[in-house]
Amino acid sequence: MATSSRYAFTWRLPMLIWQAAFFVVPLVFMAAISFWLVKNYRMEPDFILKNWSKMLGRGFFWDAYWITLWRASLAALVISLIAFPASYSLAYKVSESVRRWAVFFLIVPFFTSYLVRAYAWQVILAENGVVNAVLGQVGLGPFTMLNTGFGAMIGYLTLTLPLVIVLQTFSLSGVDRNQIEAAWNLGCSPLRTIVQVIVPSARVGLIIGAVFCFILTFGDFVSPFYLGGSKPPTLSILIIDTTKSGQQWPRAAVVALIMIATLFCTAFAAVSAAYRKRTR
Amino acid sequence: MSIATFASRLYLAAVFFFVFLPIGASVVFSFNSDRFPTLPLASFTFEWYAKAFSDDKIWDAFRNSVAVSLTAAAMSTFIGFSTAYTDFRYGFRFKAAYLALALLPPTIPLVIMGLAMLAWLSQIGLSGTLFGIIAAHTVLGSPFAMAVCRLRLHQMDPSLEAAAWNLGASEWATMRHVVLPFSAPALISAFCLTAAVSFDEFAVAWFVSGLNRTVPVAILEILQGNVDPQINAIGTVVFITSMTLVVIAQTIFMRRNRNG
Repeated sequence: MATSSRYAFTWRLPMLIWQAAFFVVPLVFMAAISFWLVKNYRMEPDFILKNWSKMLGRGFFWDAYWITLWRASLAALVISLIAFPASYSLAYKVSESVRRWAVFFLIVPFFTSYLVRAYAWQVILAENGVVNAVLGQVGLGPFTMLNTGFGAMIGYLTLTLPLVIVLQTFSLSGVDRNQIEAAWNLGCSPLRTIVQVIVPSARVGLIIGAVFCFILTFGDFVSPFYLGGSKPPTLSILIIDTTKSGQQWPRAAVVALIMIATLFCTAFAAVSAAYRKRTR
Repeated sequence: MSIATFASRLYLAAVFFFVFLPIGASVVFSFNSDRFPTLPLASFTFEWYAKAFSDDKIWDAFRNSVAVSLTAAAMSTFIGFSTAYTDFRYGFRFKAAYLALALLPPTIPLVIMGLAMLAWLSQIGLSGTLFGIIAAHTVLGSPFAMAVCRLRLHQMDPSLEAAAWNLGASEWATMRHVVLPFSAPALISAFCLTAAVSFDEFAVAWFVSGLNRTVPVAILEILQGNVDPQINAIGTVVFITSMTLVVIAQTIFMRRNRNG
């Protein structure tokens, strides 16, 4: 039967129309207003570079940029390393049904309120909270954990660890078992098998896990604000402050555009590294 | 059990403990009378639930959240299904770009989506309306709906449609009597999942909502004030709502997939 074009377009167009109107156009519009003028708290169409020079010329912008980049990179690395042993056990050491349930339970937190979880951590990590009460029993502490880089990292773990484990588990499950057994039969130690056989074969999935972790932590404002103390502020906190208090939407747009550019460069570099042919 | 196996089990248990600690803690704290909970726990109370349930602002937020998440879920599911069906059935020029556009939204940080939506919706006079939140949540939800529908369509024999056409059914009739019934479990799952996504989303909703708060925005605003355990009570109710949706989605999708 010849495909009628009316039928085909009925299914093809809804996404195009909606994404154009409420995804592409808003982002393009945001790029446009980064060149607009703010006068008496109102935006006027213009083409000026003042918003860009005001933001990029300030020390606080670059402080925020580097702390955000540093924290997101550290989170991607640390969380990938923390996730790996768990993913390894799920991929190779447990039965199929245990693995399926484990993945289900790792998806559950994704549908619980991240805000409520961050608030729970605020209470747990507080100066006289649960952790310090437990440590106090054995004569340690109290430790200051809130409003530090450590607190922010706990929040990042809450946000991304389940997702990273799920992605790593899928990619490790896809590694050819025969290769692993061959390595063992040839006398390769377990650690060397992981480093030389498993990690290279599962490389794409492992890198994608780290990239998702980077994207999510780079843009998150809840953990750095409520658990990390927002001093110095991260880029997302800067966007909120600039938008909400100052009505300086064009300057917030500059920050947003620089974030998008950074994310795309990082994701592109990481994905091309993932798919590069192994040179050996 | 060898030491290595034991160690790996212990590690897994520790990871799951960490992941579920804040969720469990918030449920426990919601029944705990201490304003600043610590160990040992204080006495059992319904105080925080009573406080949250007697707050008109919370009820308004709850009504807004239900309206937004049901509408956004229906629209996400429709858009997600039509995109998945297009991907399943057709090949065309720029299809890679088409699919990239469909799957791109989750890679943009929510704060940026919030700012862009706020600026654009103010420009077209829709900021501060529930429609603005619905529009944004539909964008955020449709990639998930598409993924779920695509998985289901992947299990359908493409010759099934061809068979219906050969027997004289029109494309529309085939869609109605063959493709849609086959996809029904995926549609229900996608609806529940996107409703849960919308019900929990706070960043974009916070930017564009104005006075029409949703529940997560109300939580965010309470959080900005003092420590207030009614967040735990609200959070527990939201958690149970979202989990019910996810479990329904999961059971329907799994059961029908096994039979179908």
